[in-house]
Formats: sequence, structure tokens, C-alpha cells
Amino acid sequence: MDSRHKILILDDDPAFLELYKEWLSELPSKPEIHTSTNGARAMALLEAEPFRVLICDLKMPKMDGLQVLSIVRRRFPELRTIVMTGVEDEEFRSRAYALGVDLFWLKPDTQQNMQMFLECLESLLGRDAENGFRGIQSKSLMDILQMECLSQSSTVFRITRGSLVGKIWILNGDLIDAETEGARGEAAFRRILEWKSGTFETLPSEPERERTITKSINALLLETAQAIDEISSPVEGESAEEADHRKTVWRLATLTREGCEWVVSLPNEDEAAPEAWGTQSAAEFAAWMRHASKAVQRLGEKIEAGPWSHIKAQNLERKLILLPSKNKTCLVAWPPSSDSSEIFEQSKKLVTSWDS
Amino acid sequence: MGLLNLFAKPRPALQRLPSGSMTVDRDGQIVTSTVASSYPEDVLHEVAEEVVLLFQEARKAHLPLTEFRIHFASLHITAREARGGAIIFLSPAVSVTTA
Repeated sequence: MDSRHKILILDDDPAFLELYKEWLSELPSKPEIHTSTNGARAMALLEAEPFRVLICDLKMPKMDGLQVLSIVRRRFPELRTIVMTGVEDEEFRSRAYALGVDLFWLKPDTQQNMQMFLECLESLLGRDAENGFRGIQSKSLMDILQMECLSQSSTVFRITRGSLVGKIWILNGDLIDAETEGARGEAAFRRILEWKSGTFETLPSEPERERTITKSINALLLETAQAIDEISSPVEGESAEEADHRKTVWRLATLTREGCEWVVSLPNEDEAAPEAWGTQSAAEFAAWMRHASKAVQRLGEKIEAGPWSHIKAQNLERKLILLPSKNKTCLVAWPPSSDSSEIFEQSKKLVTSWDS
Repeated sequence: MGLLNLFAKPRPALQRLPSGSMTVDRDGQIVTSTVASSYPEDVLHEVAEEVVLLFQEARKAHLPLTEFRIHFASLHITAREARGGAIIFLSPAVSVTTA
């Protein structure tokens, strides 16, 4: 079976496509090159077989590059995208990056530029989608922490999961402190370890950091693992209904702790029923959420404004954040006195922590 | 030099993002607008209609809104309810730097 990566080049100029084909055939990984002179045919090709990279021109008749990229981002989120254009305009560069392109490259006019482009492209082809904690494959955060402690290291871990950020301090193999989202010590450590995936980086050690954790790493890891098990699987003898109830109580507690009024969560499937915490009007609110999500997506594509990140709304009684994600859309309500500049980040954190 | 000539072929223009404000009545008709006249009118009408509908649907859901702001990657649309209609502000979010 041919395991070479596939690259699709989209440009309305057939002479250019020929030129690209020739250049890209020099790549060390010898990718399979396909070409298209218009957006519609490019879409058909992308539907028909999996491609690794799309190289797209901007100025094209009928469907321009920004339109193509906006559709591609929604329908083929795994596809790497490169804009290769002669348009030297900062607005279009920013808009292309806002659409999530991996690389914006002016059409090369020298051999040196071309060589640099080929190197970038080869690097993009080589990058695989990663799961778990980026940096060390097939290792959980618990494994990584245990390894650090066993090797008597002194370091600070900075762990990021979406908008959530946590830090864990290790000094001479001892866990001394943890911090995330206003929590510190053991509570913060447990919260961070509940995150199933994310990225981490190691920072220089901070020997002066105040010690808040005195338990051994192994004892804490064991306790945390048990707590995670209890949340994710029903307690012995507990019915599914009781487990659901326990989860709901936990979510309501988080909601109250964060100062939020209510949350409605609507799966992205058309007929799916909403779930709600803190309100009885889930069905009514879900009808608006469904309407708003579709209308805004339509508008974004029409204007070529890129994907929508959220809607911030308000009335006299509350402030609202409508937050789309891959599988669901959430409507989060905050009291009218909440700080408008913070409720988007707070809503994201709340929803992410529920998913963790 | 041959390559440079190749890149210089005439191409269709790319559509810029709309910028400005407009007032819209309860039927989604544009009453006044400061958006450049070169921007396609049909797209602006669509924006106006969708905004008014978003307010109306929210009222139906017993969630009457006084204001909302849609955050796209490269544009923000802010809408304020005004007697059944709306005032709409379109602001490109992209940072444009001039060297």
C-alpha cells in the first residue's frame, strides 16, 4: 500500500500548477501531488480521499481562497493548510491565519525562497497528530510526574489544557506545591491530574517556592487515581441514575463556586436533547441556541470572517456567553454585575473543567 | 525574472471585510449605513436580517436581549436592540500593521 502523504495544490493557473508539481516532487518524502484549478473540484477531491496538506492560492474566480479555507477548516479539521499567494497585504495574511492556516507564504521569486518553502512543507508533512500529553507519547501525566520524582529532579511543570493552566513544583524529587484556577496545594494537584490530555512544558526549578504539599507523591497519586475512578465509573452498588445524580451535584457545585447562574449544553446533533444545570428552561433556551449557532455559522461563511469563537449577549437580568465546541454548544449565564471582560474566559474554563 | 513575470498575471480582487455601522428596522431592512458602498449589498442585507431574527428568536425563547456581540476570527458584529430593530456595528478584528 502506498503510504506517501498526499498534497493538493489549488491555483487557477495551470502553468503554476505544473511548476509547483515539479518543485514539490523534489521533497525528500516524495509526496503524491494532486492539483485543481478551482475550489469546487478541490472540495470534491478532498471528500474523495484523505490529503495531508492543501496549498491554496487566494485570488481565484468564483470561489476565492478565503472561502475555500473557511469551508476546509470546518469540514476537514485535520488537514494542514498553506496559503501560497502573490497578495502582499497584511489584512489578508491576518485573515488567513485567523482561518487557521499553518503557513502563509508569498509566491517564491528566488531559488532560496523556494528552498525555504520546501523545508517548511517537509516539516509540516512530518508532523503527526498527537494524543495525550504532547511531548512524551503514550505516557500519562501521572507517569511523567512519577518519573521526575524518581529521578530526584527539581523542576516546575506548566500544564495547559485548553484555557486551563496549572503548575506543579517539584524540588529534589519531592512534590512541594501545585496551583490552578485559584486553587493551591493538594486540591490544585488533584484538579490538574483530572485533565486527560493537554500540553506541558518544564520550567526552571524554583527552590524558594513555599511548600504547601507534605504528602508523598505516591500517596497523592493513589488518592487522585481513586477519586478519578469514582467520578468516571459508578461506585459499587450505585445505579446509573445515582451516578448521574452525583455528577449533576458536582457540576452544580462547580457552577456555584464560579459564581455562574446556569448552563445549558446542547449536543451538535440536530435532534439531540439539551442538558441544563441551574435552570428549568432548557428547551426554550436550546431553541435559540440552535438558531443562533446556525445563523452565525452561515454569516461567518458569507462574510468570510472565519470561524466564530463565541457570542456575548446581555439583558437587564444577566450576561450570557454562547460557546461552540466540537461536539456541543453551551450557553452560560452570569449575573449582570459580572465583569464583561472576564466571563468569556470563565465560561471556557467552566465548560472545559466539566469535560476533563 | 521569468518567474516574476509569471506571478504578475491579473487576478480577480479579494473581498475586504465590511467596516462601519448600520441601523435596521424591525423587518430587517437597512435604514442607514456607513459601510463602504463597494461592499456587496446582498451580504449586508443578510447580516441585517439575521441580527433582527436573533433578537426576535431570543424574545420567543423568553431570553430578551438588549445587546449581543458575535466574535468571528477576523470580524466582530455588535448589535444593540432598538425598538424592534437594531443598530449594528461591523468591526474587522484583524490587526493591520503598516510598516
